Amino acid sequence: MTIDSAPGSAMSASESATVPDATGHFGVFGGRFAPEALMAALDELDREFAAARKDPEFMAELNGLLKDYAGRPSILTEAKRFAEHAGGARILLKREDLNHTGSHKINNVLGQALLTKRMGKKRVIAETGAGQHGVATATAAALLGLECTVFMGEVDTQRQALNVARMRMLGAQVVPVRTGSRTLKDACNEAFRDWVATVDDTHYCVGSTMGPHPFPMMVRELQRIIGVEARQQVIDLTGELPDAVVACVGGGSNAIGAFHAFVDDASVRLCGFEAAGDGVDTGRHAATISGGRVGVIHGMRTYLLQDEDGQTVESHSISAGLDYPGVGPEHSWLHDSGRAEYRPVTDAEAMEAFSLLCRTEGIIPAIESAHALAGAIKVGKELGPEGTLVVCLSGRGDKDMHTAAEYFGLMPEGEGR
Amino acid sequence: MSVRDAYDKAKAEGRAALVGYLPAGFPDYQGAIDAATAMVEAGCDVIEIGLPYSDPMMDGPTIQDAVHQALVGGVRVADVLRTVEAVAATGAATLVMTYWNPVDRYGVDAFARDLKSAGGQGLITPDLTPEEAGPWLAAADEHDLDKVFLVALSSTDERIETITRHSRGFVYAASLMGVTGARTAVNTGAPRLVERTRTIIGKDAGTAPHGGALPIGLGLGVGTGAQAAEVAAFADGVIVGSAFIRRLLDAPDRAAGLAGVRELAAELAEGVRGRA
Repeated sequence: MTIDSAPGSAMSASESATVPDATGHFGVFGGRFAPEALMAALDELDREFAAARKDPEFMAELNGLLKDYAGRPSILTEAKRFAEHAGGARILLKREDLNHTGSHKINNVLGQALLTKRMGKKRVIAETGAGQHGVATATAAALLGLECTVFMGEVDTQRQALNVARMRMLGAQVVPVRTGSRTLKDACNEAFRDWVATVDDTHYCVGSTMGPHPFPMMVRELQRIIGVEARQQVIDLTGELPDAVVACVGGGSNAIGAFHAFVDDASVRLCGFEAAGDGVDTGRHAATISGGRVGVIHGMRTYLLQDEDGQTVESHSISAGLDYPGVGPEHSWLHDSGRAEYRPVTDAEAMEAFSLLCRTEGIIPAIESAHALAGAIKVGKELGPEGTLVVCLSGRGDKDMHTAAEYFGLMPEGEGR
Repeated sequence: MSVRDAYDKAKAEGRAALVGYLPAGFPDYQGAIDAATAMVEAGCDVIEIGLPYSDPMMDGPTIQDAVHQALVGGVRVADVLRTVEAVAATGAATLVMTYWNPVDRYGVDAFARDLKSAGGQGLITPDLTPEEAGPWLAAADEHDLDKVFLVALSSTDERIETITRHSRGFVYAASLMGVTGARTAVNTGAPRLVERTRTIIGKDAGTAPHGGALPIGLGLGVGTGAQAAEVAAFADGVIVGSAFIRRLLDAPDRAAGLAGVRELAAELAEGVRGRA
């Protein structure tokens, strides 16, 4: 399975490919709310991506890296013992955790790193929350000989210290961001500040389906392979389409990647699960669609956690990768159009699902992905034993061992809180 | 006074206009009004009141610090409008500089209406370009407000044309590729950007709403009298922000901060007259 390159492929023939429009709008969402200084670079990126995906040489190189470097296609694992806790529905895990670097992030990054070289730029910058995207970017930069700087909120550098070390081992510079809430949104701000000053030789490798056009569209196209593979794999296995596709949603790149190939399959429910932290009603959460309202952040119009003055409200989640007050504009569009459903999962529900997958399947998921697993338990119970779910297991949980050990009180005496 | 009148007056005096920026609520509500008033008294022709925003993506550390202090101090959008009212009462042309989301949240038309009734002249929008500005363009026309968009060194001629066609009051030329903050020297590419912009405005004189007479203010990185003099030689206006804030941040007390702001405005006012 490879990423489609030809015009008129399944992708461009699909109804869903009518969004975004030429200026990056998914209905009222998306667009390009960016400083004028970046417009030339965004236009260049739009042009280069359009040209690259029609260039057989570029696509061969990308598909080669996806196969021989990232390890695609990722496998589909049936989680039978876990499924006993999810209403007996059939649970099929799309194993993005088995990709090189341990998450789906590598799919996007390899494409953007190749584009960086194609544009003649020599440096990439990235924002990162949990560090999955930062590690993936540092990895691709090392592979392709690019300079790399990763911006990471100071709070996240502490809760994801292992990933900071990984990025540094890979030769990247990691810049702890000490402004605002010191988490992912502030890392995004700092990356934009760097980019506006360095745009001549630097590409901002945005890590999710967010930001000004063309990023939400481009990242979707690069992540779309998750759903394209999964759709074929589940048909090969069961002979039919699944009843639901389930994914966690922060910025939403693994979710849009998993959903997109199924958008035209009207019978397939698309279920996104947002990080509800302590609960949406507590105000301490990151459930943007469930608890936010439409506004503009980081270059896009989308659902956003904001107060009545339009100030961004700080998000809260045990998962650094979902701890973001916005969401990719295509998810806002899929929500408003009713094609996908978005629901909250609390820290406690996610951690219970985290533990359950460890003990029933011998798979340690990322805490981000544990939100999808908690969602799968809900959807599985709704569907019952006849149901089949594809769950995007977006990343592995090695990076989360410190958080999990503290949460479950597994630290040796004197080392815990 | 309108922004256009302020620029025309400066031009009639054979100098560039001096445009000063300060966020509302910094160092506190009254402190901002006092500082802006001092800036006007010492020679600023136009005042930009910043609307403090939680995610100032295009601002460097100095403005980030000031805005953070204003937000921690509890400044609200209503306070920003009251600040505009107080500063406009000095007679200086007063604009609001704002990231887009607070206006979007307030309601574009309601914001335009309330800005107008506070005596504000219009908006400078660093993260809104004409392409996404439909509702704002309509509201600005409805309420007779200035629309100040930015041009950058990286802007194509085609984009400069679109931007200037949609601008009113003046067009803001960003002197460098980067965030706000004082620099040691004026970017050597800045005169060329102003020249390109002026040529395009002139070319469109017969067809664009500006009629060929849209002033060009140059900002980002300008902070001394000497730099103001350098910029005044090629631009119609000199825009200074972070340097004023720096005076307030570094002062031991309120009175010293105000004196510092006044002193800097006077130095810049000499600069825009070519005396530095």
